[in-house]
Amino acid sequence: MSALLVHGYEVVIGFETHAQLSTQSKIFSRASTAFGAEPNTQACAVDLALPGTLPVMNKGAVERAIQLGLALGSYIAERSIFARKNYFYPDLPKGYQISQFEIPVVQGGVVSFFMEEGKETVHKTVRLVRAHLEEDAGKSLHEDFIAQTGIDLNRAGTPLLEIVTEPDMRSSAEAVAYAKELHKIVTWIGICDGNMQEGSFRCDANVSVRKPGAPLGTRREIKNLNSFKFMQQAIDYEVRWQIEQIEDGHAIQQATVLFNPDTGETRAMRTKEDAADYRYFPDPDLPPLVIGRDWVERVRSEMAELPRVMAERFVTQYGLPEYDATQLTQSKAMAAYFEATAKACGQAKLASNWIMGDVSRRLNAGEMTIEQSPVSAAQLAALIGRINDNTISNNAARQVFDALWSEGGANVDDATADATRVDAIIDAKGLKQMNDSGELEKIIDEVLAANPKNVEEFKAGNAKALNGLVGPIMKASKGKANPAQVNEFLLKKLS
Amino acid sequence: MSDLHTLGVAQLSALLQNKDIGAVELATRMLARLGGNPHNAFLSVDSEVTLAQAKAADARIATGDTSPLLGVPIAHKDIFVTADFPTTAGSRILEGYRSPFNATVVQRMGEAGMVTLGKLSCDEFAMGSANENVAVPSAKPQAVTNPWDVSRIPGGSSGGSAAAVAACLTPAATGTDTGGSIRQPAAFCGITGIKPTYGRASRYGMVAFASSLDQAGPMARNAEDCALLLSAMCGPDLDRDSTSLDVKAEDFSRDLNKPLKGLRVGVPHEFFADGLASDVRGPINTALENLKSQGATLVSIALPRTSLSIPVYYIIAPAEASSNLSRFDGVKFGHRAKDFTDLADMYEKTRTEGFGDEVKRRIMIGSYVLSHGYYDAYYLQAQKIRRMIADDFQEAFKQCDVIAGPVAPTVAWKLGDKSDDPLANYLADIFTLPASLAGLPGMSIPVGFGEGHMPVGMQLIGNYLQEAKLLNVAHQFQLATEFHLKTPGGAA
Repeated sequence: MSALLVHGYEVVIGFETHAQLSTQSKIFSRASTAFGAEPNTQACAVDLALPGTLPVMNKGAVERAIQLGLALGSYIAERSIFARKNYFYPDLPKGYQISQFEIPVVQGGVVSFFMEEGKETVHKTVRLVRAHLEEDAGKSLHEDFIAQTGIDLNRAGTPLLEIVTEPDMRSSAEAVAYAKELHKIVTWIGICDGNMQEGSFRCDANVSVRKPGAPLGTRREIKNLNSFKFMQQAIDYEVRWQIEQIEDGHAIQQATVLFNPDTGETRAMRTKEDAADYRYFPDPDLPPLVIGRDWVERVRSEMAELPRVMAERFVTQYGLPEYDATQLTQSKAMAAYFEATAKACGQAKLASNWIMGDVSRRLNAGEMTIEQSPVSAAQLAALIGRINDNTISNNAARQVFDALWSEGGANVDDATADATRVDAIIDAKGLKQMNDSGELEKIIDEVLAANPKNVEEFKAGNAKALNGLVGPIMKASKGKANPAQVNEFLLKKLS
Repeated sequence: MSDLHTLGVAQLSALLQNKDIGAVELATRMLARLGGNPHNAFLSVDSEVTLAQAKAADARIATGDTSPLLGVPIAHKDIFVTADFPTTAGSRILEGYRSPFNATVVQRMGEAGMVTLGKLSCDEFAMGSANENVAVPSAKPQAVTNPWDVSRIPGGSSGGSAAAVAACLTPAATGTDTGGSIRQPAAFCGITGIKPTYGRASRYGMVAFASSLDQAGPMARNAEDCALLLSAMCGPDLDRDSTSLDVKAEDFSRDLNKPLKGLRVGVPHEFFADGLASDVRGPINTALENLKSQGATLVSIALPRTSLSIPVYYIIAPAEASSNLSRFDGVKFGHRAKDFTDLADMYEKTRTEGFGDEVKRRIMIGSYVLSHGYYDAYYLQAQKIRRMIADDFQEAFKQCDVIAGPVAPTVAWKLGDKSDDPLANYLADIFTLPASLAGLPGMSIPVGFGEGHMPVGMQLIGNYLQEAKLLNVAHQFQLATEFHLKTPGGAA
């Protein structure tokens, strides 16, 4: 662990993540949760807190909380309590937020992931304290109005799951790896769209430093980290700042801080002294949330295969190396693309190589996701099939792939058409390998006759001289010769 | 039919169904009595709205619709939000507010074909037991007066409802009961009122005071009418109120005519201690004897934590109120202060101007008992005792079918008598608070007159969902007595 110390200090990080749940309607009302509507068009009487309105629990939000709990091996509380967190703010219409305080719906659990530490791949686990359901507030718009504040209550009442970890992380890299893993899980099981720009996945990092073995230091909470890049920058800056303070003899004051991406600095927003007394108490408008075991089991039976489980299956079912299996289960769509390709061509390792190689490279270059790939799984499978039956060489396959990519004509609904297209390109470009040995032998004889020096050197024992012959042969065949066959014939003729 | 206004719901229903009178004619005659706003009972009327509803009722009657409440007038406590009338909850902070929707209770009475005469005065946010805490219209707020003696209070917080029924301004009214706000004014004005089991009537559209206690109920001339009204009012509203009970609507009239023979009436001795005024004790004892003469047996029972219900209630109710009233902040609706320097100043001035003294007092008490370091000692402790009070009732109901006792320790007091003494007001709630805290159904029926010829009410408390039994006992008592037929001088 000493490698992780920063100027002799151990870094301690805990996370609080607000994941916006992917329900159609709000957590306690029937208003829509869709993003980007005109201000205050998606706020109903309940969201506006009009007199006489009451909250009614959205079961879909509860179900998503159960899903997360199941994915992370947490305890799903049979009985959890909604509480009111009381404070005044213009974008908080009721004057209190309905949240869970003493008894949350999801308790315990673990997020586990692999990360690179130095040259090793290390397995890490971060323990969850809890995940609780709560409603989001609206938005105060200070910029658009002069000397006034606009209030948009579209977001008010949007369901959130606040996921809280133990202070288990020891570096900014580990924190980012945790956040990425959690992001992967919530999007994988489909409880959150994971859109960080739109605020669907917001992270707060509690950061403190200490000398190894010392009790936990005082923490400062960095709020609203909405990109993985800023997350790392903010934590790194915060750690340096805290160490400097301590080295200079100043004690750290508990505080909430904001990260400014423009300056790369964190700045205190409020300190503990001005922390409000939220006067939490159980919300009398909502009975305890009771989750029967039959409900949990039903959700479990309907849940998608989790990434870790799927990766294990890829290893056993397709004989993939663990590394490949992990990479291919980074997203559900990627895994589905792999499985479709592997099933269609029957060559799992080749499919994995292509997806992790050419496909990923092109996607990254174009900042695209696998769903946007212009080459369908069926096309890739057909292409791999043609390599495998020796119709084309790897090099030729790459040309076909490039052609498919640029024409972008994948027809995901018609696998036959996709396969036909691959053959059409091979024909059009004349990429078929030379399978007529007579023709190949003729070319080889011509090349041997034209390069007596190489022949001599090879016979004198210089194996490398063979390469000088393969090149011209391939060229003369216009790349259609099968390189393995060329080698075989050459050796026969020269022996 | 010059005395139409003195008739009750069932009687008017018969006349309407018989086409002896039309709903429009009836509504017109009732509206005519509201000129000058007798007893300051109403906060708003709108004859156009009323007559349109009456016309619709007539049309339904003409098609042969025999719904029992069709065409019968009603008025709603101003704590229920209404789309057709303003809603103030008696508070300046909501003056001029109009709800875009109707409370479920209002909607249900409307669907039953009842014709709304207007909105009735109440203590601000239902906080009070004298209807003196009314703050609207802000230009000239008027306390409601008791029709039996206009120098006295009508009780509260549903004081407008009770006074309007007693003064024959309406045959029926809705009320809400948080700690006795239906039962106590019903007793003080000599009418019949029932608060059902918590969760029977939807709270959707009731301006919330204390969510775990608030419950709507009808106030009318007699138990038979209350049964009709309650049947229309109750029933699950699960899509809008999470505390609504998933119990089917009932015909609460079904047991009205059961004889009382064999009924065990529990008499808690704590309700008859020294604090009970002798002019109230007398009529209550006579009423109990009447039940006995009808074949009921009186059983002495104990409700040992009766006196604790006052501190428990005055912790829990203000705690919930302090939070429920946070939405009145000047941002979205209602009153907003004119001049302010910043956000905090806007909140402070808006709420200072918008809330009356009693409301502010309860917000402060509530905020205090919920605050860090005091929560365990006050709120949590109060919740524990609340549970014990509910357990005490279950113990008592092992020995009896209903519980009977006084509604209030005295008859209605003089206007202004206790207005400077909140504690004296709180103490007068002692007999109604226990059933509220336990969530039990309770009702008040007139059983005689005390000092100054002021009405005395007897309280009947039943076990959960036993409203039909309470109404049965009340109806049998009313068949044998005439107190419910008495109207104050001037009303007839």
